[in-house]
Parts: sequence; structure tokens; C-alpha cells
Amino acid sequence: MRHHVGHVWFRQALIMGSAFSFVFCTDTKELSSISGISMSPSRQNSHHSLHSTMALPKTSYSVLSAFCTEENISQCIAYINQVHYKGMSLESKSGNLSTVPVLNLLYEVLQLQRRAQRALHELETQQLMNGSDLEHLQHSNCRLKDQLEHTRRENSGLHEGERQLQLKIKTLHNCLKSEKEEVQKLQSIISSRASQYNHDTKRKERECTKLKERLNQLLVDKRDKKLSIEISNYVGRSDGKRGLWKTGKMEARHEGEMYRALLSDYETRQRSLMMENSELKKVLQHMKKDMIAILSPKKPCVQPEPADDSLEQAGSEGEEETGDCSRESLEQSCERAREQLTKSIRLQWRKLKSHVERLDSQASLVACQEREGDEMMSRKEHEDEMQRMRLDLQQCKEFIHMQQQLLQQQLSSPCDEETAALLNDCYTLEEKERLKEEWRLFSEQKRNFERERKNFTEAAIRLGHERKAFEEDRAAWLKTQFSNMTPFVDRKRPALSEPHSALAVSESRLTPHHCYAIHHVQKKGLKCKFHNMK
Amino acid sequence: MNFSEVFKQSNQLCKVSPDGKYLATCVQYRLVVRDFNSLQIVHLYTCLDQVMHMEWSSDSLFILCAMYKRGLVQVWSLEQPDWHCKIDEGSIGLVSSRWSPDGRHVLNTTEFNLRVTVWSLCTKAVSYIKYPKACQKGVDFTADGRYMALAERRECKDYISVFVCDDWHLLRHFESETQDLAGLEWSPNCCVLAVWDNCLEYKILLYSLDGRLLSSYSAYEWSLGIKSVTWSPSSQFLAVGSYDEKVRILNHITWKKITEFEHPTTIINTKAVVFKEVEKRPVVGSEDLSIHQLTVDNSLFSTQSKYEITQLPAQVPVIKPDPDRANPKIGISALAFSADNRFLATKNDNMPQSLWVWDMLRLSLLAVLEQTAPVRCFVWDPHRPRLALCTGNTKVYLWSPAGCVSVNVPVEGSFQVQSLFWHCSGSSLVLLSKEHICLCYVEPSLASLLMKDMMPR
Repeated sequence: MRHHVGHVWFRQALIMGSAFSFVFCTDTKELSSISGISMSPSRQNSHHSLHSTMALPKTSYSVLSAFCTEENISQCIAYINQVHYKGMSLESKSGNLSTVPVLNLLYEVLQLQRRAQRALHELETQQLMNGSDLEHLQHSNCRLKDQLEHTRRENSGLHEGERQLQLKIKTLHNCLKSEKEEVQKLQSIISSRASQYNHDTKRKERECTKLKERLNQLLVDKRDKKLSIEISNYVGRSDGKRGLWKTGKMEARHEGEMYRALLSDYETRQRSLMMENSELKKVLQHMKKDMIAILSPKKPCVQPEPADDSLEQAGSEGEEETGDCSRESLEQSCERAREQLTKSIRLQWRKLKSHVERLDSQASLVACQEREGDEMMSRKEHEDEMQRMRLDLQQCKEFIHMQQQLLQQQLSSPCDEETAALLNDCYTLEEKERLKEEWRLFSEQKRNFERERKNFTEAAIRLGHERKAFEEDRAAWLKTQFSNMTPFVDRKRPALSEPHSALAVSESRLTPHHCYAIHHVQKKGLKCKFHNMK
Repeated sequence: MNFSEVFKQSNQLCKVSPDGKYLATCVQYRLVVRDFNSLQIVHLYTCLDQVMHMEWSSDSLFILCAMYKRGLVQVWSLEQPDWHCKIDEGSIGLVSSRWSPDGRHVLNTTEFNLRVTVWSLCTKAVSYIKYPKACQKGVDFTADGRYMALAERRECKDYISVFVCDDWHLLRHFESETQDLAGLEWSPNCCVLAVWDNCLEYKILLYSLDGRLLSSYSAYEWSLGIKSVTWSPSSQFLAVGSYDEKVRILNHITWKKITEFEHPTTIINTKAVVFKEVEKRPVVGSEDLSIHQLTVDNSLFSTQSKYEITQLPAQVPVIKPDPDRANPKIGISALAFSADNRFLATKNDNMPQSLWVWDMLRLSLLAVLEQTAPVRCFVWDPHRPRLALCTGNTKVYLWSPAGCVSVNVPVEGSFQVQSLFWHCSGSSLVLLSKEHICLCYVEPSLASLLMKDMMPR
């Protein structure tokens, strides 16, 4: 409270002091205007020891004298009364001022000033303190800011580290999981193998015990049933041949047969591979030719600019290739030719591919440039087509389902026996009719065939007879020719009779039918013979 | 499709002669030979004990009947019914018996695989082959019947012996690079022998006829390996099915894998067709339940079924195998090529109800057949690309590229088809149930089934 009062007082004193100083300042101006005395600069008052910036005019007699003179005492007094807050007022009695109130006033003023100065001092110290505090705070603020920054960086660094560690943990988890799975798998494998081994071991053990039992039984059992074969009679070999002894030659023969079998197998395999190879080569050749044909400049007006140079290139390549073709066909099995073929095929294919790609891009470009309607139309057509195809597919599926159902229906015995019997009858009737028709046809054909066969045999017999007759005639004619040719006519005469007779005999044996044949033959065949003989 | 009447058989022993003329069945200790076309009994033979194995000789003149318990083999002749032949293995026992390709020798494998005895029907000669290996498929003959490959095991190592069947001369004997040989198979062109390791190691080796190693292939290590192997009829491809549910196709030129077929649980391939068998239960009215109906009309209780095409993506039913058991039911256990090389049918053991058909021209999945029960047996027609399969119920299923058909076997009582095989002409199927057989006459093309009536005779 006291403090507070003091504070208030201090403030009041400050206000007063400032007011005082202000008044003093203004008044000094007034004073100076009044008295025409210049203010002296701030002078140290040893009594009060003020070191403020306040330009408090020092209480010097000269100033006061400037303010108050003999003449304006009453004015001054009035003025001071006016300014002064405390109730004490100066009374002027007959122009002279009583010193007591003036001294009191002075003392008051001095007190006030002292107080004000003290307050000022305190304020100054306070301000210094504040200033230093502020500085201190600023420093600490800076420091803390730095620290904060530092800790923030550290924090982010730690976060980063933590994140990486998390990642590592995750990968390790995954590794662990996979390893666990692997372990599990291996364990299951081991267990299955173990169970398999155990099973096998048990089986073998069982067999072993059975063997031991049998062995014991055999040791105990005196009578030994010998193995034998009773056969009524020995059978012949399946291929009917006699059995052969086992000799070295037989062994060699077996070896030979085995190798022959292997060789023939290899040969067939090689042949099939060669055939496949040649077929594939042919296909490749065709493909190459086709590709060259496609890429060659057949319709230069239609094709756009950028494709031209490639086509020219292809053309030149094509000419080169056709040249190669002939060479290749000659050396088909040559390694070089094969490599060349594959290289050229690859080249052509690449060209074709680039050409097609270019065409594709151009087509898409052209399609884009077309009007919307057209585009829509084509898409719509496309969609229609798709719809149609879907419908077709659906129908086909339904049809298949239906067929499957029908199939099942047919196979499962129908409940109605009558209709089944009827159906049966129908089917058999149909079949019977069909068979009858076929039989008829068959018998007809058979009859025709028989007829023709008879004709042929007759003709063959006739031909045979004719031929025989012809041969006989020829022989006779040749004989007569020979006999006619000899110069010795006399000697021939008796001999001539024989062939004559022979001819006569043979002639007598001839039937009129044969005579006709001979006549024919004579006319045609023998004439040629006669020519040859000549 | 017509069905014949039903005949008895035991032990699933029913075989058609190689020339297709006769059908032989075993009923306990009797051997019944019928003419295939008329099904009349032509011969009847009586063996000394219950027959465990029966086989025709390659020239269709003799039949071999093996009785393992007694260690006996009896051979019967068709031409001379009173001819008899009895082979007694004595105290050594008998485990398996088979013909040689020339039809004049009988190969008996004794108990504990001690040795293979080669009995000759032409001479008194007897040959022994020691140390044969007991494995999945230890003996194989070439298609032309000239050579025989036999797997042997001596001193913990695998060997392969190649014999000339003519006189049983040992042509080649070489060590096999397998850890534990599981099987061997000649290629149809008789020049390459495929040898594979057991499931603990994925390894398939290809040996040439003269014993040279041509190539070796291993897809992966450690996991269970090869489960089944088959050659394509042209010898072009070798299909290897393994426990990882994949089939790998090797080509005959480089012996490298050209593709692998996966069997995923979800089929998303748009070109494949998924046929799902759907059963329709017939509705039974109360007035139908007369005794007469119940006994005579078996169709009352047998369900009709048909195939439906499933939309893709389709889910394939999977049965997870027991991981602790040996030989787990997972992986490709059966593979078969069609006769024209175009198709491959596979069965994955953990998808037992599905059968997968692959197109070998495009090397892609063609069809998946999903049945209502596990597929028991599937065989290709020897001439056409037609597949017949059965699942142990009363139906026979046929697949061809044209479509898929399920046919009920119209037999009194129920005929559960356990296995089936085609006649060599491809015109009929022989169906075997537990105790009976039935013949099924199939039209040449499935499409013609639409035209003809399907009533049974």
C-alpha cells in the first residue's frame, strides 16, 4: 500500500516534475521574452545532482531573477498560484513577498524535484536493468532458437534413421517369413521322405522275416519239392524254325541285329528331320518371296512419301535376294547359305514390320482427320458386327447345349416303351429299306459284272484260238517261202510234198472259222512279213 | 450301344485273345474260353487251384494260368484241348508268371524275387536269371518282341540286363545310374529304354538299345519325384507324372522338357471344356413301389446322370492327402496317350474325381471330366481318339472330342463297373464288376449315337 502510494506519488511527482519542467521551459521562453535574458544551458546543480536529459533549467538566481523582477512580483505570484497544485498560495502583501511561504514553496519544489530525480534515477536504473534483461533474453532467445533448429535437425535425422530401420525390419521380416516357409517346406519334405524310408524299411524287414521263416521251414522240411515241368508234348516254335545252338556267331548276329535296329531307327529319324528341315526352309523361302513382293514398288501412286525410300531399298534388296535364291537352292545344306537365309528373312521381316507400322500410323492419322460422322459410322458398324457375332456365339452355345441334352435324352432309356418300340421299328424299317436298295444295286452290278466277265472270257478264248491258228499259218507260210526260195527245185520236189501234205493236213484241220481268220491275217499281217523278208 | 448278358468271373481275370476272336475268363479254378462274337463257350479247362493270373500267348494259341499259392503254372492249348502242361516251381514258390513275346516260353518269378526261371515249351531247356529286382515294373519286353529288359540289383547297385528273346542270350548288362530303380519301359520303336528312380529321387534316364546313356532328366530335388511314366505311341513324347501334380513332356530328339502340364485347383483356361457329371434322381411315386417293380426294374434305384458344361473359372474338388503316410495320394498316378498321339489323359490323385484330357497338338488342356465318384479306370480306344472310363458305379462314360456321354449299364441287379478294357478292334468294351463281366458294343462314332436307339438288347 505504501509502495503503491509511493508509486502514485512518484507518478504524480513525475507528472508534476514534467509539468514543472515544461512550465519551466515554456516559462523560460516567456521569461526570456519577458525579461529578455537567455537561458543558460543546463548547469549542474550540486545540490540535486541531476544527470538527466531533461533540460531542466538550473535553479539559479539569475533565472529566477529573470522570471521575477521587482516589477512583476504580483504577476509571478499569481502565476505560481495558478500553477501550483498545493493549497499554499502566495499572498502578496503590499508588493513584498513573505519569505516563509516562498521558502516553503521552494522547499516543496525542491522536494518534488528531488523526488522526481530519484524517480528518474530509479527509472534509469530500471531501464538499464530492462535493457540488460532484454539483451540477455535476446541472447537466450537466439541460443534457444539455434538449439531448437539443432534439435529439429537431429529429430529429422533420427526420423530418417528410424524409417530406414523400419524398412530394414520389414525386409528382415519378409526374409524371416520366407525362410520359415522354406524351413517348413523342407521339414515336410524330410517328414515325407522319413515316412517313405520307414515304410520301405518295414517292408524289407517283413520280407526278411518271411525269408527267414521260409529258410527255417526248408531246413526243417526234409522233402524238397523239386521244380519240374510236365508237358504232354513239346510244342513247335512260333516261327516254325528250328532252334539254333548258342555260338559266337549267334552272338555276333545278335549284336549285328541290334545295331541294325538302332541304325534304321536313327536313319528314319534323320530322314524325318531332314524332311521337316527342308519343308521349313521352303516355307521360309516362300515367306521371303512374299515379303519381297509385298515390299516391292508395285503401286507407287498409292503409297505415301516416306515409304518410298524404304521400298526402293527393298526393291534393290529384292533383286539381290532373287540372285541369292538361286545360289541358295544349290547349296541348301551349306551352313553359310542357311545363315544367309535366316539373315535375309530377318531383314525382310523388319522392313515389313516398319512398313506396316508406318501404314498403321498413317491409317490412324487419316482416321482422325475424317469427320466425326464417319468415325461414328465405322465404330457403329464395328459394334453391329460385334453384336451379330455375339448373337451367333450365343446361338451356337444354345445349340450345343441342346445337342448335349438330346444326346443324353437319347441314351437314357425312354420311359415309354411303345414309342421306343415304334421308334425301333421305324429305324429298323428305314435301315431295311436302305439295305434292300443297296442289295438291289449290288446284285445288278454283280450281274453286269458277270456278263462282262463272260464276254471277256469268250473273247479271250476266241483270241487264243485265233492266235494259235495265226501261228500255224505263219509257220506254214514261212516254210513254203523257204522252200520256194531254194534254187534247187528238183531236190525240193520230194521235200515239197511233205510241207504240202503238212499244210494240207493242217489245212484240213482248220475249221471255216479259222480260215476266215487266216484270210484276215494273211491279208494284213503276212504282207508285212513278206516285206521284211524282202 | 448294346449290352450283352452277364457272365461270371473271379479275380478280375478276363482277357481277350490278341487276335480278338476269343474271350477267356476265370471262374475260381475253371478257365472258360468263349467265342467273342457269339459268346458261346468254346473250351472249358479245369485247373488245380484258384487261378490268380491268366494270360494269352501272343499268337492266341495258348493260355497260361498261374496259381501262386501252390506254385503252379498250367498252360492250355486252344488247338488241342487235351494237350496239357504243368510247371511246378517246387518249394521255391511263385510270385508272378508271364509269357515271353514269342508265346513259347514262360517266365516265372520265384518268391522273394530270388530268380526268374525261363521255361521253354519247345525244348527241355530251363534258364535262370539271378537277382531280379522287385520293383514297380522290373521287366519289359519290346513291342516287336525281340528284346527283354530286366532290372537287377546286386550289392546295393542297380543293373539292367537286355536279353534277346530268341534264345535268351544276354545282349547287354550295364549299371544303371539310379539310386533305387523303380521301373523301366521300352519306347514303342524299341530303340530307347526309359528307366526311372523311385519316388525319393526325381530322375529319369534314357538308355539306347546298346546300353549307352542317351540322356538324364531331373526336374527337382528332394521332394517326392516320379509317380508314373508313359511313352506316346509314336515314341515322340515321354510323359512323366510326378508327386508335385505336374506332368512333364520330354521330346525324343533332345530329351529335354518341352512343356509341363499343371493340374490347378481352379481352371481358368478359356479353351478347356469342363464336363461335370450331374446325377438326376428319378422321382418315385408311391404307386410304383410294388415288389415286381423293385426287383425287375432296377432303374428305379439307379440314378441317371448326364454331363453339364461348367462355366469357367471352375473349381476342381480336392482331397488333401495324409501327409504322414508313405506313398501319399497326391500326384499324377495314371497317364495314357490316345492311339493317334493326339491326346493325353491324366489323373491326379488328390483330385480323384477328375480326369484331365490334354491336346498334344496345341500342348494345352482340352477337357476336364468331373465325376461324382473317384475315377477307377480309364482306357483309350485302340484305334480312335475315344476314352472310356468308370468310377465304380453302374455307368460307363465315354469321351471323344465331339462330346461326352454317360451310359447306364442296363443289367438286372446292379453292375458296379470296377474296371474295363477295349476289344482290340475298338468296337466293344469289356466291363468288369467284382464278380461279373458284361460286354458293351459301341458305335464307331459317338455322334452316331444320336441317331441310333440306345435300348439294350
